[in-house]
Amino acid sequence: MVTVEITSHLYRFFPDLRNRTISVPPGSVAEVLASIDKITPGFSDYIVDEHGALRKHVKLSINDTIVIDKKTLSDRVPQGATVFIFQALSGG
Amino acid sequence: MSNMLLLGTRKGTVIFDRINARWQPRPISHAGIPVCYAACDPRDGTLWASLDHGHWGPKLSRSRDAGQSWEEAPSIKFPEGSRYIAKYIPTEDFDADAPVAAAEYQDASIYKIWNITFGHAEQAGRMYAGTIPGGLFVSDDGGESWQLNRPLWNHESRGGDLFSGDASSENHWQGTPASIDYGIFEPGIHSIILDPLDARHLYVAVSMAGVLESTDGGETWFGRNNGVLNDFLPDPQAEWGHDPHYVTACAKQPEHLWQQNHCGVFYSSNGAQSWEKVSAPEVGVHFGFPIAVDACDGRTAWVVPAQADMQRMAIDGGLCVARTTDGGKTWQAFRNGLPQENAYDIVLRHSLDIAGDCLCFGSTTGNLYLSEDRGEHWHCLGTHFPPIYSVRFA
Repeated sequence: MVTVEITSHLYRFFPDLRNRTISVPPGSVAEVLASIDKITPGFSDYIVDEHGALRKHVKLSINDTIVIDKKTLSDRVPQGATVFIFQALSGG
Repeated sequence: MSNMLLLGTRKGTVIFDRINARWQPRPISHAGIPVCYAACDPRDGTLWASLDHGHWGPKLSRSRDAGQSWEEAPSIKFPEGSRYIAKYIPTEDFDADAPVAAAEYQDASIYKIWNITFGHAEQAGRMYAGTIPGGLFVSDDGGESWQLNRPLWNHESRGGDLFSGDASSENHWQGTPASIDYGIFEPGIHSIILDPLDARHLYVAVSMAGVLESTDGGETWFGRNNGVLNDFLPDPQAEWGHDPHYVTACAKQPEHLWQQNHCGVFYSSNGAQSWEKVSAPEVGVHFGFPIAVDACDGRTAWVVPAQADMQRMAIDGGLCVARTTDGGKTWQAFRNGLPQENAYDIVLRHSLDIAGDCLCFGSTTGNLYLSEDRGEHWHCLGTHFPPIYSVRFA
């Protein structure tokens, strides 16, 4: 299994994920997101657009490596890894 | 008279209630989230807000209990295969005489849900949404699912049916500056006008393409820009490339349409078959974003004039609202109750509304003004709101 850590900002929209470990099967990053969608429908709409591409100001990493394929999220997430989902906040 | 006002602001949705003849704001909803449009479905009282998340994509939120609680509604998505021909802002070294480059196709993704319009009373569940890039989406189940209006998306004025193959015509739809915030240069649909007498008759206004009309429920569309002058195009009378900032129609006399355009105020008394420029620069009526029309008298309209496209602010430091009652032949500016010095407000396209004799507008400076006598006298409902993007009576 892999663990997914998400920015606290997302708990506002998905409160059911708060205070729980998100653990899903390994696979591509896209498959990891699809697995989270099964736990919390609609989650991936916040991360990717309608074509499955990573939204502009959202960042994903597998452990400490930033995901390379932002268009189809094909990077592999190995067993035991942690996926981090965070975003670049800016503006006032 | 309406008893509720909805504001879409940079920091959330603000609801005002009219209680004992006083308008009182509630604590903000969607706190911290930009809301580019908020409105009430008059058929069932559902409140809708278009959330303009900077990171998570555009979302719709709705309240079925008059704003006490909100829930996320299903996302609007372009169907697979939705493409458009990219446009780019001309750069300083742009060569107008250079050969036209091959069309560059891009997959469509929604950046902004700019407008939500509700169908007729007898069309249960029918809703429309206008987006950047310029898609018209239709729902027949109260926003549970949305379908792209393909005839408009595939219109010959934007290259034809790109689902099926490459362009069969040129793309005349230009990008709206309102899309620059998203790092793109694409058109957007900000105005959707339904004929109250005929559910199959509708108009859309597109920044930057112009006005289109359909008389068959959206199956075919025709440009309706005859008489609109675009003074920053090489051909001011070009069929496409116009920049209506907002278009609206009289509820009881829907053949009377008004548009506050980048290049002036335009009026049509024949269902947009032709437009007449009715700007009156001598009283400041020319540039601006919003426009409102009386529900009963199609010749009566209001604008909130701004200085100019290069100075998007109140004229000479003072806010005014101008009204015509004769189809734009003459305009009268009203200033009573509005600040007349050190005011630099700009009022965006969805930030003026009318309900009976009551008008309300809000500015990106966060000031909100209301008139209960058809715009002749105003009073301030607050000066510390976030930048206001939309004002709608419920």
